[in-house]
Amino acid sequence: MKTIFKSLLAITVLSLVLSSCGNGGSEKGSQGALSSSAAEKVYVAPGEHDEFYAFVSGGFSGQLAVYGLPSGRLFKVIPVFSVDAEKAYGFNEETKPMLNTSHGFIPWDDSHHPDISQTAGELDGRYVFINGNNTPRIAKIDLTTFETTEIIEIPNSAGNHSSSFVTENTEYVVAGTRFSVPYPQKDMPIDEYKGNFKGALTFIAVDPKDGAMDIKFQIMMPGFNYDLSHPGRGDSHGWFFFTTYNTEEANSLLEVNASQNDKDFIAAINWKKIEEYVNNGGGTKAPAKYAHNVYDEETHAATTTMKDEIVIVNPSDVPGAIYFMPTPKSPHGCDVDPSGEYIVGSGKLAAELTIHSFSKMIKAIDEKKFDGDAYGIPILQYEATLAGSVKQPGLGPLHTEFDGKGNAYTTFFISSEVVKWKLGTWEVIDRKPTYYSVGHLMIPGGNSRKPFGKYVLAMNKITKDRYIPTGPEVTQSAQLYDISGDKMELLLDFPTIGEPHYAAGIPASILEANSKKIFKLEESKHKYVTKSEAEAKVVRDGNEVHIYMTMIRSHFAPDNIEGVQVGDKVYFHVTNLEQDYDVPHGIAMIGANTSELLIMPGQTETFIWEPKQIGVWPFYCTDFCSALHQEMQGYVRVSPKGSNVPLTYTLDGDAVDAE
Amino acid sequence: MKKSKLLMIVGSLLLLGLFVFPLWNITLEAPQYPIPLGMDIHINKFSDTHEFDIKNINLMNHYVGMQYIPENIPEFKIFPWVIGIMVVLGVTIGFIGNYKLFILWLILMCLLGTAGMYDFYLWEYDYGHNLNPKAIMNFKNPDGSVMGFQPPLFGTKYILNFTAHSYPRTGAYLMFVGLLMTFVAFFVGKKEAKE
Repeated sequence: MKTIFKSLLAITVLSLVLSSCGNGGSEKGSQGALSSSAAEKVYVAPGEHDEFYAFVSGGFSGQLAVYGLPSGRLFKVIPVFSVDAEKAYGFNEETKPMLNTSHGFIPWDDSHHPDISQTAGELDGRYVFINGNNTPRIAKIDLTTFETTEIIEIPNSAGNHSSSFVTENTEYVVAGTRFSVPYPQKDMPIDEYKGNFKGALTFIAVDPKDGAMDIKFQIMMPGFNYDLSHPGRGDSHGWFFFTTYNTEEANSLLEVNASQNDKDFIAAINWKKIEEYVNNGGGTKAPAKYAHNVYDEETHAATTTMKDEIVIVNPSDVPGAIYFMPTPKSPHGCDVDPSGEYIVGSGKLAAELTIHSFSKMIKAIDEKKFDGDAYGIPILQYEATLAGSVKQPGLGPLHTEFDGKGNAYTTFFISSEVVKWKLGTWEVIDRKPTYYSVGHLMIPGGNSRKPFGKYVLAMNKITKDRYIPTGPEVTQSAQLYDISGDKMELLLDFPTIGEPHYAAGIPASILEANSKKIFKLEESKHKYVTKSEAEAKVVRDGNEVHIYMTMIRSHFAPDNIEGVQVGDKVYFHVTNLEQDYDVPHGIAMIGANTSELLIMPGQTETFIWEPKQIGVWPFYCTDFCSALHQEMQGYVRVSPKGSNVPLTYTLDGDAVDAE
Repeated sequence: MKKSKLLMIVGSLLLLGLFVFPLWNITLEAPQYPIPLGMDIHINKFSDTHEFDIKNINLMNHYVGMQYIPENIPEFKIFPWVIGIMVVLGVTIGFIGNYKLFILWLILMCLLGTAGMYDFYLWEYDYGHNLNPKAIMNFKNPDGSVMGFQPPLFGTKYILNFTAHSYPRTGAYLMFVGLLMTFVAFFVGKKEAKE
């Protein structure tokens, strides 16, 4: 994705020269001084809370950042697809399984499109889903703990980009492949791509009770690139729409060879029909290897299950379920308005935005207004589904969101602006520059039946001179616009983590009350939990030493341990006994080849230390927990291998012999 | 039924509220506790205002060497009996209807109440002054004596970084209303007797 944007940039200069609508979008002068009212609109006084949560993906950081709007303050970076030494995510024994895949443990991915779960087409605030682009995966973050609790790998997919969007009642979270690949994977010449590579569109069922994900079926589509997608809603509920590019099926120098066709497609998929087909025994059970990682809040630990089968649906086996709507020039964004009637295709190389009508699409299907087919999938006549187009809106349209008041907002990467236009009349109402090269934009609930159309957040790939410089690598950014009036007003410009690829926003009032404060110690089912200091102990099992340790203001129990030997594998199973809000403790051991642990009240985490040198080695609390934080420490005495120093441990001088 | 009898009976019965509602509450406020820590005192137990408050009060107090708040104290066995007996006695007296007995009951109740408060004060004093000599932090008063951390018997007091509030709760208010009713019953009964 990044590469594409970067290469598109190369033609930015040219475009600006040629552009008839290059209306000074990036003129320095137009930035001006912000009016004081803009400052007031984003000022959230100390101790006050923001009105919205914004879950902004970290792009190539692999994580998901939590910001407040309108302040733009960063509250948390939720580790999802990349290890995070700060939180021990992917380092401690409990979360390592979260990053397992069929390719083994992968410490990184590229996180792209967060989407919040919905009920009846409205944000319900239970979960946020996000896709890993590189090694295809979908993650689920629980919005009571703001932690990643499930990751499912998507087999037969590559460049998991038209993901992870949810249907109106979170029946499915959908993952589409950007890169088509041989199916099944095999050793074959790349130039035999055409006709042989396939594009898998995956429908992952979400359990309405506990949110558990399970791949229901995978549609094996022609070998195009499936770029973005969105579900139908309202009347179009039951359908899913995917933009495609490279319908040329080129395999080399795509920037040229995949830009030849005048029109690519938006694939309209009647998933209800396919679901029914699969429920009636349709589809082929095919071998597939993929990991399903689940973090259990009761055991405070994740497990990996390797799955070996998937249901494959061949489009030609379900006639009437899939159609192609021709859409000009490599459409990127595929956005459905709150009513579900309009499907906006942003031909990123086109001079206009194309809007399809769902009702016209159904009519065209009924009247069989076809214009041939592609691999047996009917192509609808362009004019038959067309609702209208926004003429000369800007250059390089990418994504559209909606305010629920009949307006749409589209980003233009090349002309670096957000354009507001009216649904139905297709007239441009306003345009505002972004600094610079905007990708996605986000209105809280802007892709649901009920948008909260007060702000739009534009996410920029490039900032150049916008902030104090930090060497060659400078931050990317997000910009907040007030959209409550006729004209948009730029309010705030703030830096982000990684690449702020896309975001999902939700009123804070929906989430705040559900946010957990502590984990109840009594309810912990962690295998190595220590529920009181009296239960703390050290146990040797061959060359493994298991330390059942507790932490509470401001000491560890036990704090001194003797009898550990060089070559031992020492497990620190550490339980935070606190039951008070915002009293985490940390622990780090000198020379341990891993990260610290940062343990929330009532939680147990484990790290492994393999001492290599004799001596007396300290460990300490890494989170400034209390006035006596500096006193929160302990020692481990390491003796030579085979030493007869007995295994003992103490707290306040009372030595206890280990079992 | 005579008005005085009714007042005496209902007034006594209001003491039963103590079996349901807390008698007293101690709340500790500090900057780090935007939701204050609180302990409700019932006639038969201590309870958290918010889950885990007592655990967290103990954790705070261990810095200055204060003892843990006990789960059980002898008073929790005695108080329910005293209140129970006084209710039975009050209702019985109410039925008898002798207004002189009304005031005797009230005086007895006030004596018992005062004894209870004194007992509570002694416990508080011990709790606030009987400190672990190995306490992490020792504070001295300006006169050089060891600073105590006794919460107020009634009212609000600043203790280091905490503001401690000690006030009656629903059970106590019901009791006060009950006592007032028996007091009124005495005068009404006296008036009724003259008629």
